[in-house]
Amino acid sequence: MQEINHTGSRTTRLLGAAVILGLVVLFFLGWFVAPEDDEQQDAVRMIFVHVPSAIFTYVAFMTTAIGSAMWLLRRSVWWDTLAAAAAEVGVLFCGLTLFTGAIWGRPTWNTYWDWGDVRLVTTLILFLMMIGYLSVRSLGGPETATATRAAIVGVLAAGIMPIVNRSVEWWENNTLHQKSSLTDGNLEDMTLFTLVVGLVVWGLFFWWAVLHRFRIAWLERELRSTDLDRALEERRAEGEPEGEKV
Amino acid sequence: MSIIRLHAAVALIGRFPALAGVDLEVGEGEVVLVQGPNGAGKSTLLRLCAGLMRLEAGEGTVLGRDLATERPAIRRSVGLLGHDTALYADLTVRENLDFWAKASRVDPAAVEPAMARLGVAERLHDVSVGLLSAGQRRRVALAAVVVRRPRLWLLDEPHAGLDPSGRDLVDQLVGDAAAAGATVLLSSHEVDRTLDLATRRITVAGGIITGDVSDAR
Amino acid sequence: MLADIRLVAAKDLRIEWRSRVTLSQVLPFALLVLVLFGFALDANRAVLDAATSGLYWITVLFVGLMSVQRATAIETTDGARRALLLAGIEPAAVFLGKALAVMVQLLFVELVLVGGVIVLFDASVESLPLLVSTCVVATVGIAASGTLLGALVAGVRARETVLPILLLPVLAPVLIGATRAFDDALGTVAVDGWAWLGLLAGFGAINTVLGALAYGVLLEET
Repeated sequence: MQEINHTGSRTTRLLGAAVILGLVVLFFLGWFVAPEDDEQQDAVRMIFVHVPSAIFTYVAFMTTAIGSAMWLLRRSVWWDTLAAAAAEVGVLFCGLTLFTGAIWGRPTWNTYWDWGDVRLVTTLILFLMMIGYLSVRSLGGPETATATRAAIVGVLAAGIMPIVNRSVEWWENNTLHQKSSLTDGNLEDMTLFTLVVGLVVWGLFFWWAVLHRFRIAWLERELRSTDLDRALEERRAEGEPEGEKV
Repeated sequence: MSIIRLHAAVALIGRFPALAGVDLEVGEGEVVLVQGPNGAGKSTLLRLCAGLMRLEAGEGTVLGRDLATERPAIRRSVGLLGHDTALYADLTVRENLDFWAKASRVDPAAVEPAMARLGVAERLHDVSVGLLSAGQRRRVALAAVVVRRPRLWLLDEPHAGLDPSGRDLVDQLVGDAAAAGATVLLSSHEVDRTLDLATRRITVAGGIITGDVSDAR
Repeated sequence: MLADIRLVAAKDLRIEWRSRVTLSQVLPFALLVLVLFGFALDANRAVLDAATSGLYWITVLFVGLMSVQRATAIETTDGARRALLLAGIEPAAVFLGKALAVMVQLLFVELVLVGGVIVLFDASVESLPLLVSTCVVATVGIAASGTLLGALVAGVRARETVLPILLLPVLAPVLIGATRAFDDALGTVAVDGWAWLGLLAGFGAINTVLGALAYGVLLEET
């Protein structure tokens, strides 16, 4: 069998290089070129990390949800593996979103956390549900059982999210959160441009991370099936020497 | 017609291949004794035939239904006596069997005769199953199989844990079932007594069938 | 189908009645939690007033967790789950029956807790219909999601620790919604409780449908 000891490929190397390059460009743009905000000054530069993380958290979450549905409907191993990979990367991005949100919040609105912030609280609940998903994935047992369990959690989370969002929204009608700046048109050109660069870079990063994680999971699966063949042989050998034992 | 047909059947418990490629064909009306050392896969074989386990590899049909796709239908038509009793400890004998009968779409009137047949004393009918001895619970579990009148009986060590009269009872039940045209697979360590009933003996070791002897009756 | 639901629910409730777990363990625990909240909040009337709804529903969530764990445990001892499969009852019927039984037990505890809250925290009920409706609708959601997730982690070691991790975030909207509705019903805050009821109903509906669909897959595969 072909020895595979890494999950890199030309695609990932290209992506990786692009991400690193992009991060450098982003840093430069974000720190030096984009203008200060009148009120928030330098703190607003967080937006270039926070917003893309948030967006790709939800991309990851939707990928997991779709992958879960595909597993339940079609028993597609590919989709199940993708769901798991996306969930792990998603939790990472989600943590980053919450973290940068807190850091941004402190100097800007003098608070690390605001319960009245709809998006923040909803994202926190999403974070908790994704951690639940990962806990289920880490439970032992047959692979198909684990996949089914996790898939149900994935679909449940997706089904619940609209209600979660609605309930948090009604809960506090006021929110500290930035009004959606992207659609506002009030952003300075440079800020907008840097934000778009951030989105692209984060997208590439997301793709790169999921690709690697997916491949690792895939290889693990293949390893387990060769393990199975070996286990079958060993098992059969148990019976041989004794012959017809009564 | 074949009641059971398995070809290269593999069944897993977790990651462990309990059955590692079983080929088996059992015809209607046979009484088959399944023997083998502990851990050989006897219980797994019975559970597979009951439609309770997933076929990891290979193919098989039970009672004409595909093991890969029609397990619910298989389950409804078999009677399984497993290692555990599958009874609710907090309910009485009667309540357990009533629930079982109604759930299986069997006339609850069959419960009383079944309890009598299995020698479950009248005074025990309204006692919580949790308070019974292991042997008594085993009889109740057997009653649950009897109530169903299945075409395929799968009995995992039915003699174990029973007193001599209980063991005789099991033999009678198996004999009656066979006489009524049902097919019986039973695993037992009590080889001698079962040999009288069985038309065939198969040996399981290392997850596969290593011996298959048919006695002319 | 309906007969099966009734059969399963009756079975679960009968087992509960025999073992008296809810009565002798869960109920005292719930009341104890209320009392502890009272201690923690230092008998400050204003604080207790404002917090009553929230404390009530947090207690209910914990009780719900216990009920669901118990309901799941019934089936895992002695291979009873296997028996359900062999009997051939529709899995959706098993789900609805078990959820119904959990709901009945929870509602009973909630009733007693309302009494506890009135006595201990001096709450006054302004709108009884809203109070009762909230309890019923919220409990549907708790019972449905709890029964589903309970079955999901059944048969796995370390089940006890995983269930709360899964269930509590899912129940967050119930906590938010039911607390607001109770605020309205108890007259502590001026909100529109009935609007929240709609949200709770949506939650309950989604979980019931999802549970009924997914339960079969769970019983089969895990």
